[in-house]
Amino acid sequence: MAQYTNYILVCGGTGCRASQSEKIIGNLKAAVEKNGLQKNVQVIRTGCFGFCEKGPVVKMIPDNTFYVQVQPGDADELVKEHLVKGRKVERLLYVNPETNEQILDSKHIDFYKKQLRVALRNCGFINPENIDEYIARDGYVALGKAITEMTPEEVIKEIMDSGLRGRGGGGFPTGLKWQITRKVQASQKYVVCNADEGDPGAFMDRSILEGDPHSIVEAMAINGYCTGANKGLVYIRAEYPLAVERLMIAIKQAKEYGLLGDNIFGSGFSFDIEIRYGAGAFVCGEETALIHSMEGLRGEATVKPPFPSEQGYKGYPTNVNNVETYANIPVILLKGAKWFSSIGTEKSKGTKVFALAGKVNNVGLIEVPMGTTLREVIFGIGGGIKDGKKFKAVQTGGPSGGCLTEKHLDLPIDYDNLLAAGSMMGSGGMIVMDENDCMVAMAKFYLDFTVEESCGKCAPCRIGNKRLHEILQKITSGNGTEDDLDRLRNLAMVIKDTALCGLGQTSPNPVLSTMDNFYDEYLAHVHDHRCPSHQCRELTQYYINPEKCKGCTLCARVCPVHAITGDRKVPHVIDLQVCIRCGTCMDKCKFDAVYVH
Amino acid sequence: MDTIHLPQTKVEELHTICAEHNNDAGELINILHAAQGLFGYLPREVQEIIAADLRLPVSRVYGVVTFYSFFTMTPKGKYPISVCLGTACYVRGAEKVMDEFQRQLEIKVGETTSDGLFSLDCLRCVGACGLAPVVTIAGKVYGRMTPEKVRDVLSEYYMLGE
Amino acid sequence: METVKLIIDKKQVEVSKGTTILDAAKSVGIQIPTLCYMKLEDLHYENNPGACRICVVEIEGRRNLAPSCKTECIEGMVVKTHTPRVMNARKTVMELILSNHPAECLTCSSNGHCELQVIAHDLGIREIRYAGEQSKFQIDRSPSIVRNMNKCIMCRRCETMCNSIQTVGALTAVNRGFNAAVSTAFERDIAGSTCSYCGQCVSVCPVNALSGRNTQQPVLDALADPAKIVIAQTAPAVRTALGRDFGFEPGTLVTGKMVSALRQLGFDYVFDTDFAADLTIMEEGTELLQRLGKYLNGDEKVKIPMMTSCCPGWVSFVEQHFPELRENLSTAKSPQQMFGAIAKSYFAKILGIDRKNLVVVSIMPCLAKKYEASRPEFSVDGNPDVDISIYTRELARLIRYANIDFNELPDSDFDHPLGESTGAGIIFGTTGGVIEAACRTAYELFTKKVLHKVDFEELRGMEGIRSATIDFEGVPVKIGIAHGLGNARKLIEEVKNGTSPYHAIEVMACPGGCIGGGGQPFHRGRMEVLRKRATALYQEDVNKPLRKSHENPYIQKLYKEFLGEPCGPLAHKLLHTHYIDRKEIVGLYMQTDKRD
Repeated sequence: MAQYTNYILVCGGTGCRASQSEKIIGNLKAAVEKNGLQKNVQVIRTGCFGFCEKGPVVKMIPDNTFYVQVQPGDADELVKEHLVKGRKVERLLYVNPETNEQILDSKHIDFYKKQLRVALRNCGFINPENIDEYIARDGYVALGKAITEMTPEEVIKEIMDSGLRGRGGGGFPTGLKWQITRKVQASQKYVVCNADEGDPGAFMDRSILEGDPHSIVEAMAINGYCTGANKGLVYIRAEYPLAVERLMIAIKQAKEYGLLGDNIFGSGFSFDIEIRYGAGAFVCGEETALIHSMEGLRGEATVKPPFPSEQGYKGYPTNVNNVETYANIPVILLKGAKWFSSIGTEKSKGTKVFALAGKVNNVGLIEVPMGTTLREVIFGIGGGIKDGKKFKAVQTGGPSGGCLTEKHLDLPIDYDNLLAAGSMMGSGGMIVMDENDCMVAMAKFYLDFTVEESCGKCAPCRIGNKRLHEILQKITSGNGTEDDLDRLRNLAMVIKDTALCGLGQTSPNPVLSTMDNFYDEYLAHVHDHRCPSHQCRELTQYYINPEKCKGCTLCARVCPVHAITGDRKVPHVIDLQVCIRCGTCMDKCKFDAVYVH
Repeated sequence: MDTIHLPQTKVEELHTICAEHNNDAGELINILHAAQGLFGYLPREVQEIIAADLRLPVSRVYGVVTFYSFFTMTPKGKYPISVCLGTACYVRGAEKVMDEFQRQLEIKVGETTSDGLFSLDCLRCVGACGLAPVVTIAGKVYGRMTPEKVRDVLSEYYMLGE
Repeated sequence: METVKLIIDKKQVEVSKGTTILDAAKSVGIQIPTLCYMKLEDLHYENNPGACRICVVEIEGRRNLAPSCKTECIEGMVVKTHTPRVMNARKTVMELILSNHPAECLTCSSNGHCELQVIAHDLGIREIRYAGEQSKFQIDRSPSIVRNMNKCIMCRRCETMCNSIQTVGALTAVNRGFNAAVSTAFERDIAGSTCSYCGQCVSVCPVNALSGRNTQQPVLDALADPAKIVIAQTAPAVRTALGRDFGFEPGTLVTGKMVSALRQLGFDYVFDTDFAADLTIMEEGTELLQRLGKYLNGDEKVKIPMMTSCCPGWVSFVEQHFPELRENLSTAKSPQQMFGAIAKSYFAKILGIDRKNLVVVSIMPCLAKKYEASRPEFSVDGNPDVDISIYTRELARLIRYANIDFNELPDSDFDHPLGESTGAGIIFGTTGGVIEAACRTAYELFTKKVLHKVDFEELRGMEGIRSATIDFEGVPVKIGIAHGLGNARKLIEEVKNGTSPYHAIEVMACPGGCIGGGGQPFHRGRMEVLRKRATALYQEDVNKPLRKSHENPYIQKLYKEFLGEPCGPLAHKLLHTHYIDRKEIVGLYMQTDKRD
């Protein structure tokens, strides 16, 4: 690395790649060569920067200039102006939407200013495909320290003292889990990294694996050392090809460097990692289902106990941790449990990564200390609600979580607070909703997901969730009764109480939390046969106000089913028989002439 | 069910895949991934070969194939379309995009058009929530989709043709 | 042994560590309802996926309800089994299960002895608040088994039985979520699967999703046809179990009442399959001696061990999974088919009628027998040797249908000449019985000496795999016995690998043998039902004046007047068969085999 004076970091996260960041990299490299700078300037493809809303993102090192929404065609100009002439390309700088100021350094962007990046410490800073860059940022030091200077018990104690809790959902103390696995006597043990991120709308694990795969490799080896396992398995979604590729590169490089394999650091400790693919089953995020899937079986959950720590993969003690949990391990060993536990709240230490998405201005991957309020996240980092609309709810915990409202905005985020509020931390999806989102439809959306993803083993989940969905369908189509609301609640409570695994036990949460917080919306559907957010199609009819319509024909042109007719400069009419209630006309109308009833 | 005659060379390759995984039943899912990569889908014959090599009842292989949504027993279209129905995409209108694809292609989710050009599926979060709603067609990502963009996007592929 | 103390419904309970709440509760007289759970300890069958959630209980300090069948007792636990919360949960879950189950109890053949019905009744279900979409499946009718998966409640007992115990691998869970179902590979019909028709899935099904093929009507039609002579043959295991459907204790022998009932139904002659069992011993015993003789003389072509062939489930298992070993099967037909062959030749001749006017109805404990009777090789010019095979439960239904008060029936005897049998024929109905019967005869034929100790205790029991060496006056004959196809698979794998130490192997596909057949009144998970049936058969054996097949005077007469020698030309034509490779038929031969 030493011979270069400048680096161009280009985001290689999925969002930015989808916006042609690979082409940007190619063009930048060509431009660097064209200008004869190849000896001084290196173009690096990094993992996700987090600021997906403004992607593709390009960052100049050492001056930290942060360019946003870069196009492949901008490469020449960036190299010529920024590197050769030393002038910023102003049109690509981030503009603070409130002050309209251009901001040069990402440090000063609100989105980053309010974050604390621990698990994401390397994402967007290093080339994830180069082990040296990881090592240059203290990579594998923690592993060396653990193996050569500490006993497994000491490492476990450090993790316990740090207060780290599982980041996959439940929040079980990580150190305790390690200790349980350590104490079980067995001829063979396994450590597993759960990278089957199935929560729709969460992509933190993916970003860590894509941006900093070595941190996972290192942490798994530390886990193996502590628990007495010499085999690690990463269970990863097959839908994440880039993460898989980078992880495989990382494993290969670690082996070449002797950081994996036999006799690591000459200590006698051997550790190896294999990859197992998920195949599209949300339930496999549940650890017993995950283990069955790794064994080549249907991913059906089994009753716990026995816990995987006692009896897991192939019947051997198996320690399962989630990607983000692992990402915290090396830092804890390097900076100490005391440092880590100084961050966060009393019972939830450290930071949490959230995939902030939905109707928020700055969609992206963020990391904040536990105890940060929802308001700080949504309005501080997220930049508030899109299009100036009104905040309505935020959904955390994915299909297992719940919808929180305005009254929860100042709630410090931690495991226990979210649980008490009727939601949960989950893996870290955070979906912001505005006044146009119908909360009954939202509950139905999640149930739709759960019905499809239930493994079908236990009756409450297999049939119960189907029935919940049917009742919600009835309500959103205007046929519900108040009796349906009682049935809905009873069924939701029973499923929560009786389902076999975590998926089923939490699947009614979206229903229960929306019923708790937005009961008036349910009543509006049931009593008035009305969807206050105009989202439920069966309850929504679009009309054109002839007094406002100017006859510009735009709506007729964008209507996908040609339901709108009218001559130029004459008010248009919607054929209600043909209309599919997609709402495109309303979105597009510049004169506010389309209304719903 | 019609019998499909698998090309002999591919059958040999399938045996090799199983052998590379030590014909280990525990590796079934990895093997199915590789097999689907090889054939594009997992017809009955492929499952029977795998079952025989792994010494498993073919019913077990079938039970696994039908459990996981990633595996398919019908050939996908030349240009498989996946509409993300993750929450972020959903709240930004993915459902309407999906409806539009279904309407224009005249197929339902999970089906393939009669000309074999397109198949339509939904998926849950590709991790590009910043571009929501997201659609991928033959691996290419289309961000910020709207129902009215559907026709244009499809016409790209109609122009490429068969 | 370490014990734990806990409180269940205010009762102090002390149980050994590892006991489930369900068992602990049972030990103090608290019956928690179960649905998916089933355990047959002697057979190592245990199905407790914890899936139905009917057995949930409340445990103090626990967030959610716990499945009592899967939750171990812990010291100091406080369990409540019928709080309002528990009862509401059970009722709601039951309503969910019923919401995806057709409400056709009145026309269902399980009406009155359906486990789901009983629990729904006990829970006091009076309405289904959660009606909704129901699963829709085509009804699949094979010669033996009918699958109506619309009734399936996903308890998975059949899947466990088919895979873990029988290792047949025909049934599997497919799809997921609401669409999850138990089915076959590629959701084909049973007939196109690897099913061996053992019927054990039927015997554990709590509802009527899996049932036996119903052929009562053809029996009634034949009985009503004045042009036909209709004769019955009853298998040994039937008489130990039939009484259960009429309120008798498990294992009660109701032979005499059964014969009377059949007469009252209108059968012209009531014969005993046990007679044919004695005949089977003559043929199979002779064949064993012939094979052994050749083997001991160094003939390398002779197939040893010889495997019994009286169980059609087992035969079809071999034909499908181990076709290369089908010549190890004895060529002797099963007793059912021997009976049919003799009835339609010898007996038809005695009566002086055409075989087409003689209808042979067999009453079997078995579902595979229906399939066996339908095999084309067991017919002459399209006229089957056994016209109709019905199973024990069907007979019970016929008896009820004909207004017969079974309990009040007098005893009566079988007809002659095909109704006389020895104790050897009786014990065919239980595991180890066939080989014991064969030994009694083979010993005397081989050694030309009288066998004094008739009871071969070493061949009896409920162990899944048993072995014994019988001393034939200096020639040690090694015998292996397996019941349940999973156990049989272990023995036959040894044969395949050339490591089998045995000269003869007896296999019965059903755990326990025919007494546990798929056509028998349901044991409903009560292991003692099977044990008592076995005991009853051995008792009947002891009660018989003759206990060796070759001493049966009617058998002797049959050979003298009609068949000639055992394994002679006519015997061979009528009483022996051949086997086919069924792997090909069900498409199990893959391109892969070309490589070997």
